[in-house]
Amino acid sequence: MDLLRFTTAGSVDDGKSTLIGRLMFDTKTIFEDQLEAIEESSRKKGDENINLALLTDGLKAEREQGITIDVAYRYFATPKRKFIIADTPGHIQYTRNMVTGASTANLAIILIDARKGVLEQTSRHAFIASLLRLQHVVICVNKMDLVDYDEKIFDEIVDDFTNFASRLDIADVTFIPISALHGDNVVDRSDNMPWYKGSSLLYHLEHVHIGPDTNHVDSRFPVQWVIRPQSDKYHDFRGYAGRIASGVFKPGDDVNILPSGFSTKIKKIHSLDGELSEAFYPHSVALTLEDEIDISRGDMIVKSQNQPNVGQDIDLMICWFSDKTKLQPRNKYIVKHTSKEVKAIVTEVCYKVNINTLHKIENDTTFELNEIGRIKLRVSSPLFYDSYTRNRNTGSVILIDEFTNETVAAGMIR
Amino acid sequence: MQHQSYSVDHLHHLESEAIFILRETAAQFHNPVILFSGGKDSIVVARLAQKAFWPAKLPFPLVHIDTGHNFAETIEFRDMLVKKLNADLKVGSVQESIDKGRAVEEKGINASRNMLQTVTLLDTLENLKIDAAIGGARRDEEKARAKERFFSHRDEFGQWDPKNQRPELWNLFNGRKNMGEHFRVFPLSNWTEMDVWQYIKREELDLPTIYFSHERDVIIRNGVHLAVTDFITVQPDEKVQKKTVRFRTVGDATCTGAVESVASTLDHIIAEVAAARQTERGTRADDKRSETAMEDRKKEGYF
Ligand SMILES: Nc1nc2c(ncn2[C@@H]2O[C@H](COP(=O)(O)OP(=O)(O)O)[C@@H](O)[C@H]2O)c(=O)[nH]1
Repeated sequence: MDLLRFTTAGSVDDGKSTLIGRLMFDTKTIFEDQLEAIEESSRKKGDENINLALLTDGLKAEREQGITIDVAYRYFATPKRKFIIADTPGHIQYTRNMVTGASTANLAIILIDARKGVLEQTSRHAFIASLLRLQHVVICVNKMDLVDYDEKIFDEIVDDFTNFASRLDIADVTFIPISALHGDNVVDRSDNMPWYKGSSLLYHLEHVHIGPDTNHVDSRFPVQWVIRPQSDKYHDFRGYAGRIASGVFKPGDDVNILPSGFSTKIKKIHSLDGELSEAFYPHSVALTLEDEIDISRGDMIVKSQNQPNVGQDIDLMICWFSDKTKLQPRNKYIVKHTSKEVKAIVTEVCYKVNINTLHKIENDTTFELNEIGRIKLRVSSPLFYDSYTRNRNTGSVILIDEFTNETVAAGMIR
Repeated sequence: MQHQSYSVDHLHHLESEAIFILRETAAQFHNPVILFSGGKDSIVVARLAQKAFWPAKLPFPLVHIDTGHNFAETIEFRDMLVKKLNADLKVGSVQESIDKGRAVEEKGINASRNMLQTVTLLDTLENLKIDAAIGGARRDEEKARAKERFFSHRDEFGQWDPKNQRPELWNLFNGRKNMGEHFRVFPLSNWTEMDVWQYIKREELDLPTIYFSHERDVIIRNGVHLAVTDFITVQPDEKVQKKTVRFRTVGDATCTGAVESVASTLDHIIAEVAAARQTERGTRADDKRSETAMEDRKKEGYF
């Protein structure tokens, strides 16, 4: 069984929580005691029907205010696939949550209320999906029951979105007309919309091809930890532990160690379950090398004939996450990239993006919460990186505030 | 030429992710420990840690917060596993916290040491100068856990602030902290109960016998099947019955309920979990105290 991770976005009240509740309910992920608990809560709130949306409302503060305020993760499985949902709220102020949810997802579901059509928020969500390089976007046109399951309304929304999305870079967009409340086209094809010839949402999620999301070409192995057993049996063992970021490694491969540049060969790929004949993302393994070379955490093992960029001047798109501080030129941060941490200074703010219109904002160099734009950093020692477009694992960074230790920005290297 | 398939089975994916988290923890903290309850989730964490650092031994000790209200089988099992892993074990005792006056035993028939564990846990973390405590909690267990991070930040009082959690992006985990603060680390965040059972089966892991069906004296209190042990007082109106049961989680014997079950092998259990209509925490009286019981306890520093 393989794994699909997706994120959900929509404006408030588009029916996101209802849809997730529906998926979990119809795939029998909801247990009796959970159902009883939400029936009880629904009754207390005076709701007539049991409110499936309550299932995804995690924390007390949110229940009290009736809103979702953070990213929450949900799980369900069908005989075909295991699914992880990053459930992120659609409020205007929560761009950062969608960025967070999208960073680990293969696919985004964007909800549109059939009565309202494509809104400013919809464009924003689509922009974030494209910025984070989600390969697949599913546009669920929800509440079709409230527009008499009208094909014309659906078609108009498809046209509208397609026009807008032509300015973005999204490989695969699928449109599905649904009613989350009544279940139309969620798990099974709906009889109410015979004009719709595509598959149901769940069928699509079960069958969408997730292979191309991973880079199997550029072999990169950031060293996380050095294994040196203090035992007689493994006295000379020196294993480099880590998770393959991309590409494929095999024993005998010619490799280089960065930053030293030394070349050697992979001797063996170890795991408790025995030696492996190859390893690729997302495997966590330990490598041993033919030659004794001084290697530590933060170094990278790469194949000799295919090397990453090495540099100290980094050009990147960022999303600013902090509501306490702002980013400005000359500010200093800690950059975390693969298994490496370095210091950095902001050398230039190139522009910010108005994420509703996609226009550049050129002469404002201060980033506030949820703002997205392009900056340049100078880092204290070289990073070994690829562009985010090519390689998510070696093209992504986070910025950390030196004083509060908070994660203040997400960055995608250009 | 045959085309190479790079698809990865979901258990393999989860295993690799958890190993990655364990190695990050070893690298980013000075003094991490694994909180080991003897339950199936912490047994899986111990196995993953063994894999993460093999052929070296675990770079951190196991810590058991002992309520003194254990099922004997769990302690036996713990000691055996520690020996097998060649690991260090440290025990924080709730009884000791009570004797020292750090904690006060609850009164009444529903008295449990579950809340007191938090005091002992925080004291133990402080005494041992632990800056990262690795636990087996999963996000699918309970609604307040659904928002928990892999690296979960705690302030100097050990408290969790759900509104002030660090966002986690890609594979980049920020474990930086100020003096006195610590982290809880949850490598099984993305696992479901089913994943855990399938993994136990795949890895052929041993479990304490109480997970499998057996006969036992129980009473039914607040809808929960409680084992009759030295630690609970049977009330006059409560009837002791012999039932065929097993436990779905292992915790304090005063509040962990059994389920009626004839599942005596892993395959039976997996079939039962697949058909189950109750979440596993549904058998825990401590969560039934109020709708937000778990969230309230977590804020105070509970696991
Ligand atoms: N008629 C109808 N109402 C819906 C549908 N989906 C959601 N709703 C209702 O719309 C409201 C907002 O839904 P909710 O799931 O809480 O929205 P969220 O803010 O996006 O999570 C609730 O009253 C739902 O019952 C639908 O397909 N049809």
